[in-house]
Amino acid sequence: MTAIDVSHSGLAAARAAFRTCRFTGLKVDIAAQRLIMANAVAAVVFLAVGGLMGLLVALTRWPAVHLLPSEWFYLVLTGHGANVLLFWIIFFEIAILYFASAVLLGSRIATPKIAWAAFVLMVAGAIMTNVAVFQGDSSVMFTSYPPMQASPHFYLGLIIFAVGALIGVGIFFATLVVAHGERTYEGSIPLVTFGALTAAIIAVFTLASGAIILVPTWLWSLGLVAEIDPLMYKVVWWGMGHSSQQINVAAHVSVWYAIGALTIGAKPLSEKVSRTAFLLYILFLQLASAHHLLADPGMSATWKIVNTSYLMYLAVLGSLIHGLTVPGALEAAQRRNGYTKGAFEWLRKAPWGNPAFSGMFLSLVMFGFIGGISGVVLGTEQLNLLMHNTIYVPGHFHGTVVAGTTLAFMAMTYYVLPLIFQRDVIWPKLARWQPYLFGMGAGGISLFMMGAGTLGVPRRHWDITLTDAMHPFDLPSGGFLMMGLNGLAAVIAAAGGILYILITVGTVLWGKRLDKGEAPLTFPLHKQAATVAEYGSHATVKLPGTIILVSVFFLSFVLYYFVNWKYLSEIWLLR
Amino acid sequence: MDDRPESEPRQERVPAMQQLLDNPFLLLFIGITIPTILYIVWGVMEIASIPVAP
Ligand code: HEM
Ligand SMILES: [Cu+2]
Repeated sequence: MTAIDVSHSGLAAARAAFRTCRFTGLKVDIAAQRLIMANAVAAVVFLAVGGLMGLLVALTRWPAVHLLPSEWFYLVLTGHGANVLLFWIIFFEIAILYFASAVLLGSRIATPKIAWAAFVLMVAGAIMTNVAVFQGDSSVMFTSYPPMQASPHFYLGLIIFAVGALIGVGIFFATLVVAHGERTYEGSIPLVTFGALTAAIIAVFTLASGAIILVPTWLWSLGLVAEIDPLMYKVVWWGMGHSSQQINVAAHVSVWYAIGALTIGAKPLSEKVSRTAFLLYILFLQLASAHHLLADPGMSATWKIVNTSYLMYLAVLGSLIHGLTVPGALEAAQRRNGYTKGAFEWLRKAPWGNPAFSGMFLSLVMFGFIGGISGVVLGTEQLNLLMHNTIYVPGHFHGTVVAGTTLAFMAMTYYVLPLIFQRDVIWPKLARWQPYLFGMGAGGISLFMMGAGTLGVPRRHWDITLTDAMHPFDLPSGGFLMMGLNGLAAVIAAAGGILYILITVGTVLWGKRLDKGEAPLTFPLHKQAATVAEYGSHATVKLPGTIILVSVFFLSFVLYYFVNWKYLSEIWLLR
Repeated sequence: MDDRPESEPRQERVPAMQQLLDNPFLLLFIGITIPTILYIVWGVMEIASIPVAP
């Protein structure tokens, strides 16, 4: 690995400028810091655009409001999916990758100029796709299934964005090589960096799948390719569409571990166990892409079941392990901090007024209970028939990617602002409430969409009264009620989202500068926060609170799973 | 077996699992190969073998 041109790398190493963080003692490469800032800002901008579109979609699907006309509904729905699922999340993830490599390893970032080029590509691609969407000829939803065809620059924007992101991921790997070669750390990389590595590995497969399918689709939109086989498209596209959700999982699990370390000094219970859980992700998580094709004829049951059951459950096992070890690490740390009474003093006395902690914990709970359980149910071939293409599906993934990933990234922002932007968070009282507000709204939209979907309400549907339909159909009134409640929850989520945007932008522009003087942080770090950059476990089995929490989770999981089989047996007339 | 003086760091054998976990590029290789074969290649082969309607 030291085979890179030593004189050149020596020069780059000498040229890199560092500062020492006065809160954590970490060595921060200034070039990396600027790149993290740029990517985080871009992420927040696209969240603002896409989140607003989410509110418009939800208000349209609220039967009593029915805000937008149909053409606008599908346009805005397309923009919502692309801006939040791809642009917000992936920009933030690139920031996390740079943080987890350069900052946590105390290294310079590899080739900052190329990293800037990657950033420019990503911004250009994201804007190009947005332009296509707003021009109105590309309301194909973010999945863009052929034979629906969007304008060429819709696909081209996505391709350029993906290439930029892929370069960013390459910079992460290159920085690992640099840090290893320049010996900026000893032994193994810290767990948070390992989690980021997991995300980066999945990202390579994801972005490559995306490029492989979107390039011919782009050529097809230009008229240079005669036809895109819809099933072929779906298989390869979901190699990107699904796997990118697994980048999110690996990234937000890393964020959970990081926030645990920063706020209460949590260390993994076992490096070995947590890393093995990440390894299960690397090996098997991406195969779950096949659950998007469970209802497609043409794919054999063997292919479906091998990919989504046998092997995917090994990845679920990885999640179950994190579901035990993350709260376990939190409990162990709180017990070290002196909260040892009963089963739950550690949880009651946790820093609930620190939005990083509360956001992380809410994300952990909701990802597990809402997103996780519904995901396993949806991913089971037989049960999938119950909910396929109903609004249960968006319900499920708002549980994973909004209540889980987005909330975790929001929580992380409360430390990115003071530690990277070196600005103290403004409006601490409101900031304290932000994760609860957004969490409540996000949990609400997930549950209500799941409820509506269980009653048969379709997804991506402008008018569920089916007024102009050739075959009239009456959905149960409970479905309409659920969609109304979803609208209310969406307003709460949007309020939490807007608050987040205001606090972030306000802090970046007007927050108290922390780089000069000795001012303390509004949301303090634990005195052992630097453990986030270290390798090492704190093994203990005395975790009564975690055991209780995990048992409740398992019970809910099993109950819900069997309720769905029961439900299936009642509507499946195979007697 | 080991008669070196205590002060010298012993050359411990790194367990295979740790060697794997410490090797990002090996992990990258496995993490791409498995889904490419089981999901993409197998999936595409199935589609390719669907008979064309006469
Ligand atoms: C204020 C917050 C949000 C609200 C109120 C909201 C609401 C909705 C609603 C009502 C739908 C439409 C379901 C349908 O008609 O099929 C939807 C779709 C979707 N949402 Fe959100 N959402 C929010 C945030 C997010 C975030 C943060 C993400 C990703 C990180 C996200 C990802 C998606 C995706 C991928 C779709 C599917 C689009 C499609 O079917 O093409 N949403 N959202
Ligand atoms: Cu999926």
